Amino acid sequence: MLKDITLGQYFPIESFLHKLDPRTKILIFILDIVIIFMAQTAVSYAVLIGFTFLLMLISRVPVKMYIKGLKPILYIIIFTAILNLFLTDGRDLPVFGYSIGITVEGAIVAVKMAVRLVLLIIASSALTYTTSPMALTDGIEKLLKPLSRIGFPSHELAMMMSIAIKFVPTLIEETDKIIKAQKARGASFDTGSIFKRAKALIPMLVPLFISAFRRADDLAIAMESRCYTGGDGRTRLREIKFTRTDLIGALAFLVIFAGVIAIDIVF
Amino acid sequence: MAIKIENLDYIYMPGSPFEKKALDNINLQIDDGEFVGLIGHTGSGKSTLVQHLNGLLKPHSGNVIINGYSTDTKGEELKRLRCDVGLVFQYPEHQLFEETVYKDIAFGPQNLGLSKEEIDVRVRDAARCVGLPEDVLDKSPFDLSGGQKRRVAIAGVISMRPNVLVLDEPTAGLDPAGREAILSQIKSIYDEGNMTVILVSHSMEDVARLVKRLIVMNEGKVFADGTVEEVFSRGAELRNIGLNVPQVNILFDELVSRGMDINSNVYTVEAAKRELLAYFEKVKEGKENA
Repeated sequence: MLKDITLGQYFPIESFLHKLDPRTKILIFILDIVIIFMAQTAVSYAVLIGFTFLLMLISRVPVKMYIKGLKPILYIIIFTAILNLFLTDGRDLPVFGYSIGITVEGAIVAVKMAVRLVLLIIASSALTYTTSPMALTDGIEKLLKPLSRIGFPSHELAMMMSIAIKFVPTLIEETDKIIKAQKARGASFDTGSIFKRAKALIPMLVPLFISAFRRADDLAIAMESRCYTGGDGRTRLREIKFTRTDLIGALAFLVIFAGVIAIDIVF
Repeated sequence: MAIKIENLDYIYMPGSPFEKKALDNINLQIDDGEFVGLIGHTGSGKSTLVQHLNGLLKPHSGNVIINGYSTDTKGEELKRLRCDVGLVFQYPEHQLFEETVYKDIAFGPQNLGLSKEEIDVRVRDAARCVGLPEDVLDKSPFDLSGGQKRRVAIAGVISMRPNVLVLDEPTAGLDPAGREAILSQIKSIYDEGNMTVILVSHSMEDVARLVKRLIVMNEGKVFADGTVEEVFSRGAELRNIGLNVPQVNILFDELVSRGMDINSNVYTVEAAKRELLAYFEKVKEGKENA
């Protein structure tokens, strides 16, 4: 059950997207988010939807995986759509001749938001499926490097992120084990009132926190005993490089994004 | 309280690229009051198998039947099953969470909905069973030593008074003294109660000394099943799957091959001592007679 979480999982195959420099992908991703929220007309949305399909296609990750990634967010999408549907002011939109409080504007906003969220999730899945967590944090560190001149701890931030990402599977496994052990002692996590269920979490959370702190302590000692002192003067085993492929990829994406903006301005 | 396992298959993450068959057509019968050792290499499926015994994992095909009831149940019946089969996980001290040792041991009985008096009796009894002194009961479990924490965790399962006690690597990570203490405690629990005990281990020395019946797992299958003597007499086959016979047995095989007239079917230090003393006695007598 807990092991089925797919969001943020790397899918180790080979594709054009896998080969791109993580920095290129991160920048394209950020740009994509901005464009998704800037787009206004139906035509520009059509282009963005087409672009997202293109992303899925060239990532060569099975579509099934993207759908799996959408599942946990489905309720949020439905929830926001319903809120938008009823809470937007505007002209009344009768359903089968009855007025039930839905507005034309509300329906448009609801669809727009739902499409935006789905596109966002798919784009972020495309980023994480094609970029290993290590490459991702390396990319973020490199992108934030200029900020370290003004005292921004870019290396430390990247290190914290990669440690956090690395420990997610470990902690999931640990949680699974603790739940099983407490179940073996007759604990039940899925019966009773909400209050009772919240209380039932204590036997799971206390051991989980204790083990997380213990791991953090061990890791700190292990890093220090190998003379880790932060980012200064640290070299890498695998340098990330901006290549011709990146240039081609970045240009292609920029053309698509420019197209979307142009369409919005023209229409 | 018989355990019956029929054609049990279990697959991890079916349908994903990480699919792995963890258990492959397991057939076993364990009767009341048996003391069984379950050994196998890391990844041989022994931990997966024991999690089927109290319904934490459900078979993908086949049946696990405890005392006539299938483990594939829900609700009250599942709760009774969890109470019938007590499972002590690897490194069980990592699951302690209460403020005091007493409360932690009482967690299981409380979940069974017992009265306060009954819980008190059970907690004190379980603490005595694992050799915890009374004054430890009011301490925080996190102030105890590693070995004592483990005793508290084992007591937490024993306090549910299971009919079958399953211990998954109960001595992992303990020093020799702590190991010795835990093992002799397990032996005395087996001797005094009417419990069936299943001991999962990869230490040949431990199981050879304690158990009567040995089940060897390899790559999700039952590789061997029989008395300690029967299983260890297949030393060469065991070595082939990365296991070994107890060290004292290796020594005796070597002694026999160098021409000493002794019985090589010796698996514990205690038995080795007896065998050697008898041998030296014989040699001495032979010299006197000559």
